[in-house]
Amino acid sequence: MKSSRTLREVYGRYWYKFSKNDLSIVGLACIAGVVLIALLAQWISPYPASAGLYVNFGNAGAAPSASHIFGTDQNGRDILSRVFFGFRYSLMLVAVVLSVTVAPGVVLGLVAGYYVNRWFSAVIMRLADIFVAVPPLLLALSVASVLTPSAINAMLAVSLAWWPWYTRLVYSSASSIRNEDFVRAAELVGASRWHIMFKEILPNNLGSVLTKVTLDCGWVILIGASLSFVGLGAQAPTPDLGTMIAEGSAYLPGQWWISIFPALAIVVVILGFNLLGDGINDMFASGVA
Amino acid sequence: MVEALRLQLHLNDPVYTQYFYWLRGIFTGDWGIALFTQRNVLIDVSDFLPATIELILFAAIIDLVIAVPLGLAAGRRANSIVDNGVRVLSYVGIAVPSFVVAILLQLFLGYGTHLFPLIGRISQNVVPPTQITGLYTVDALLTGNLSAFADSVWHLILPAFALALGPIAQEARIMRSSVVENLDKDFTLSEVSHGLPERTITFKYLMKPSLIPTITIYALDISAQIANAFLIETIFIWPGFSKYGLNAMLSKDLNAIVAVVMVAGVMFVIANILVDLVVGYLDPRIRLQRRTEE
Repeated sequence: MKSSRTLREVYGRYWYKFSKNDLSIVGLACIAGVVLIALLAQWISPYPASAGLYVNFGNAGAAPSASHIFGTDQNGRDILSRVFFGFRYSLMLVAVVLSVTVAPGVVLGLVAGYYVNRWFSAVIMRLADIFVAVPPLLLALSVASVLTPSAINAMLAVSLAWWPWYTRLVYSSASSIRNEDFVRAAELVGASRWHIMFKEILPNNLGSVLTKVTLDCGWVILIGASLSFVGLGAQAPTPDLGTMIAEGSAYLPGQWWISIFPALAIVVVILGFNLLGDGINDMFASGVA
Repeated sequence: MVEALRLQLHLNDPVYTQYFYWLRGIFTGDWGIALFTQRNVLIDVSDFLPATIELILFAAIIDLVIAVPLGLAAGRRANSIVDNGVRVLSYVGIAVPSFVVAILLQLFLGYGTHLFPLIGRISQNVVPPTQITGLYTVDALLTGNLSAFADSVWHLILPAFALALGPIAQEARIMRSSVVENLDKDFTLSEVSHGLPERTITFKYLMKPSLIPTITIYALDISAQIANAFLIETIFIWPGFSKYGLNAMLSKDLNAIVAVVMVAGVMFVIANILVDLVVGYLDPRIRLQRRTEE
């Protein structure tokens, strides 16, 4: 640890590595824009009422025009406004799923990796293996199908499919780091187990965990959209991008704007998170020089 | 009446006893009755599974045939047009959900130009081939029914491609990076300095080691497609296992859901075991290690 280097310099170094690739900046801009839109959806969407139970059949299925840039759907609701509110739901799904899965997943992986020869390590990892043995989308679908379809249950279903990946990621590196000299040294001077796990081993995993979190944001949105596409996610009239695509696909190809614009919105979010994730990956690659 | 049913379904027994009844049923072929087809789930699954296996196999073939040469070409000539194309494709493949790809393909190639059929496994005026394996293409070839073969391949192309686009992007990207990595290795340098023709180096010595990470991800991707098939089969009204599973889920038919998840999980695990075997075959280090241990 070089204490002579100020915090500011360290961050500058990270930012330099991140911003070397233009695509990372594009990703950051996309996500910043989407987050901003989601937060301000109430005020910046042209027709906020369209997000809820609103009908205007006189103006149903109108093609994109100056007053409705993305057109209107089968109930006459403004699609641009619904896309703005749809971002809000997508980001909420990501925030909920990752905040309930990452921490427990990481802690379980740390414990299982540090106590690799103890019985509970085997129990944790075999449990993770069981969850990993079913593709995440299928697991989420089947959990969601047993529960009542709703936004909250969709979040629960996706979360159940998500935690073992973090456990496995942290486990594999923790079980090798525990044999490193610095961990041995900490054990020798009598550091507590908590100190070793969270202060010695965990910091060495933060880069890979953070990269996975960013890349996973895209996957969570994708799985959430798939769930609502088949009708097992958020229910009408919640403006959800997956539901909007599914509903709009019935009006293809005549009223293409009903499903194509929400689809484009999903593509932008997922692409943004992937570019951002790649940038963060580069940032942590080979440490801070 | 209700009490008789409760007894018949062992609902009065504790959960773990019920679990053993279920387990016994799984091994003796009694998978319970699917409420929405009124048939044994095992019969349903074996009826619907071949269509999905055919779809996934086709997607797997398309994936391999497109992704490996693309990745090889992109890695061999870094920063060329092909390389940049692969980079764009890989982002498209990751960011565009498979159900959106499916809808777009259906719209432009099916509806717009009538190049491909919109839905189903086979045209209504074509008699399906005699059932041997349940895979229409294989059955048609076995019975020498070429028109049915052509027709079912024609129906397979769009859904299989919609299913394969994501994995193609992934595999091309991994193939590219492992080719780039192997180009830097000493063995490539020594081949170049021995004056081996570029073609020999690329196809004989570069491709094989680069395939190892690609194949690993490839198999995982393909076996994970059984989940994506849930959406694709719905869009293309493909009468397969995943569409059956989705119907079961939408009507909350527990016997069928449990069976679908179990069969998918078993297929996933089998695919993983196969990967380990194939990687062991491709990587001489693993193969030789095993031999010295024996």
